[in-house]
Amino acid sequence: MRPLAITAYSVCSAAGDGRDATLLALRERRSGLQRNDFGTTPLATWIGRVANLEDQPLPPPLAEWDCRNNRLAWRGLLADGFGNAVAAARERYGSSRVAVVVGTSTSSIGASEDAYRRLEPDGRYPADLRRPIIHTPHSLGDFVQHALGLSGLSVTLATACSSSAKVFAQAERLIRTGIADAAVVGGVDTLCGSVLFGFNSLELVSPDPCRPFDVERRGINLGEAAGFALLEREGPAVARLLGYGESNDAHHMSTPHPEGRGARLALAAALERAQLTPGDIDYINLHGTASQKNDEVEARLVAELFPARTFASSTKGWTGHALGAAGIVEAAISLLALEHGLLPGTLNSQTLDSVCGPQIRRDNKERATRTALSFSFGFGGSNCVLAFGRAA
Amino acid sequence: MNTQLPTVVAEGVAFWASRLPGWDVARAVIRGEQAAPENAAARPAPALLGPTERRRAPDTVAIALEVAARACAAAGRSPSELPAVFASTHGDLAISDYMCATLVATPALISPIKFHNSVHNAAAGYWSIGTACHAPYTAISAFHHTFGAGLLEAAVQMACEQQPVLYVAFDVEAKGALATMAPSRGLLGVALVLAPAASARPGGRHLTLRIDADEPCEATPSRSAAASLVADNALAPCLPLLEALAADEPTTLQLTLGERTALNIQVGRA
Repeated sequence: MRPLAITAYSVCSAAGDGRDATLLALRERRSGLQRNDFGTTPLATWIGRVANLEDQPLPPPLAEWDCRNNRLAWRGLLADGFGNAVAAARERYGSSRVAVVVGTSTSSIGASEDAYRRLEPDGRYPADLRRPIIHTPHSLGDFVQHALGLSGLSVTLATACSSSAKVFAQAERLIRTGIADAAVVGGVDTLCGSVLFGFNSLELVSPDPCRPFDVERRGINLGEAAGFALLEREGPAVARLLGYGESNDAHHMSTPHPEGRGARLALAAALERAQLTPGDIDYINLHGTASQKNDEVEARLVAELFPARTFASSTKGWTGHALGAAGIVEAAISLLALEHGLLPGTLNSQTLDSVCGPQIRRDNKERATRTALSFSFGFGGSNCVLAFGRAA
Repeated sequence: MNTQLPTVVAEGVAFWASRLPGWDVARAVIRGEQAAPENAAARPAPALLGPTERRRAPDTVAIALEVAARACAAAGRSPSELPAVFASTHGDLAISDYMCATLVATPALISPIKFHNSVHNAAAGYWSIGTACHAPYTAISAFHHTFGAGLLEAAVQMACEQQPVLYVAFDVEAKGALATMAPSRGLLGVALVLAPAASARPGGRHLTLRIDADEPCEATPSRSAAASLVADNALAPCLPLLEALAADEPTTLQLTLGERTALNIQVGRA
C-alpha cells in the first residue's frame, strides 16, 4: 500500500504522561505498575493506574461527556501538542475532512457501574449521571470528535484488545477512498470493575507485577491508557504507517488459536501490504500480556518466523494491559523506538520461557531502527498487526 | 462537499425483528401486501450454534447470527470467505446490565462466560467461529449514526479489496436501569452481502453511495407500516433503506453519519 504520514502522536499511560515521560520511563526501566487500589474492594493484583483523573473534570463546554474514560481521552489529546496538530489539520482540510476512528474495549462503562452503585430509590440513575452519551460505546468517538471541533465521520471500533490497532486500517481505507483527507486514530480504556472482576473470573489476573514471557508468569495486570495519532497522505512525518494486517482466529472467544493461525495471517497481510519480509524487521512490540497461552503462542510464532537479529519485547511490564488502548500505546512505543533508537526490553521478567527464541529480549538496547511491527490480539479471536517505518 | 463511492451491489438481504420475523414478511408488510403478525415472535435460534450454545447465546449473538446466515444464503455466498462488518448502537445491553448489577452485589461472582460475551465483538466472534472464517471482521458503534456508519465501512472495505463483504447490524432489548439511558425494545437485525458491481451475482440491487458533508442533515423518514413496529429499537434508523429495498422502483434516501454529514443512497431498480 501507499504509506501514510504520521504527522503527530501522543500517549498517556501509567508509565508516563506524554511521549517524553514515556521515553524516560522506558529508558530508566521505571514501571508504572502499582498495587491495586481501584474501587472499594480491590482484588489482590497490580494495575497500571493513571494518576489524578478523579480530580480533573472536563472543562465546562465538554461537561456532558465527563467520566473517567473521557477524562483520560482529554489528557491524551492535550499531551504532546496533539490537539494543536489536529487544529492545524482542521484548518488545512476542513472540519468534515478529518475523520475520527478510535478504539476501546469498555468505553465509559465505568460511569454506568457508578450509576448502579448510586441508583435512586425509584431505580433511576443519579441526576449527575443522567447523560445518555456516556452510557453507550460511542461515548469515546463522540467525545473526541466534539473536543477536537471536527464534523465528519466519527466511529468507535470495539474488538476488545485489537481495537486501537484496527483503527489504523479503517482510517487508511477512508483516506484511500477519498472519504477523508486525514484521520485521528487512537484509543482509550480505563480501569473499571467490569474488567478487573471479569478477567479475575477467567483466572487471568496476576497477583504479582506481570512478567511477560517469563517461565513463572502468572497472568496479566490491567492498565489504563490513552493515545492518538494523526494520519495524512503526506506531510512532515514523524514516522510512516507502512502496512496493516487483520484476521481472526475462528477458534475460541477468550483463548488464542494454539498455533496462532490468525496471528500468522495478520502478520503475513501486514508484511505484504508493507512490502517487507521478516528479515527487514528491526523491532517488534509484542502483545505479550503475560497470560500463559498468549505468550506461549506468540513466542513460538516469533521464534519460527523472525531472524535472531530482530529485537522483540513486551512493554506490558511498564503499562499493564490497557485492553482496547493497548494497540495505540504499543504503536506509540514502536514510534518512539523508530524516532529515538531506543528498543525497550521486557520489564519484570527474570527467566524467559524456553519457547522464546533469541528475538525476545529482557534488556533495553540503543540501536538505529528503521522498521517496527506492533502485534495486537484480542478476545473473540480478533488480530491486528501494524507495520511502521522511520520518516524517510 | 460531496464524495462519491464506487457502486455496490446488495446481493442478499436479511431482516429480523420481533414483530417482523424475516425479510419475506417484513417486505410484504412494507409493501402493504399483508398485515403484521399480531404477536412478537420467539427469538431466532441460529442453526450455526449447537443446541446448548443456542439456548445460552445472548440476544445479540442470536439475532446477529440469524440475519448473517440468511444474508449469505440469499446471496449464494460462502460465509467462511467473507470479511464482515458488525455494527450495533449499544452492544449487549442485557449483559451490561448484568455486569453493572453484579458488580454492586457480588463482584467476585461475575460469570466468566458473561464477561467474555460482554465484548462488543462477541457476535462477530461467534460468527467467525461458527463459520470457520479467518477473514477479518470488525465491530463498530456510532450512536444514532451506527447503521449508516457500518454500511459505509462495509462499502469502503468492498471498494478497497474488490471482494464481497458481509454487513450485519443489530440492537437488542435494554434491561434494568440502563434502559433509562440506552432505551431499546425488542430485537432488530439487518444483514446484507455487498459485492463489487463487476463481479456481483445477477439479481442484486445496485446502491450508489455518496457522502454529503458540511450541511445540517436529516435522515429520510420511514413511511411504511413497518415503521411503528421497530421504532423503539435503537437500530430503527435502518428502516428507510429496507423500505427502499422492498420497493421495485428506483429510489433515493438519506441516512445520517453525523449532525452535518449524510450518507446519500441511490437504490437501483429491482
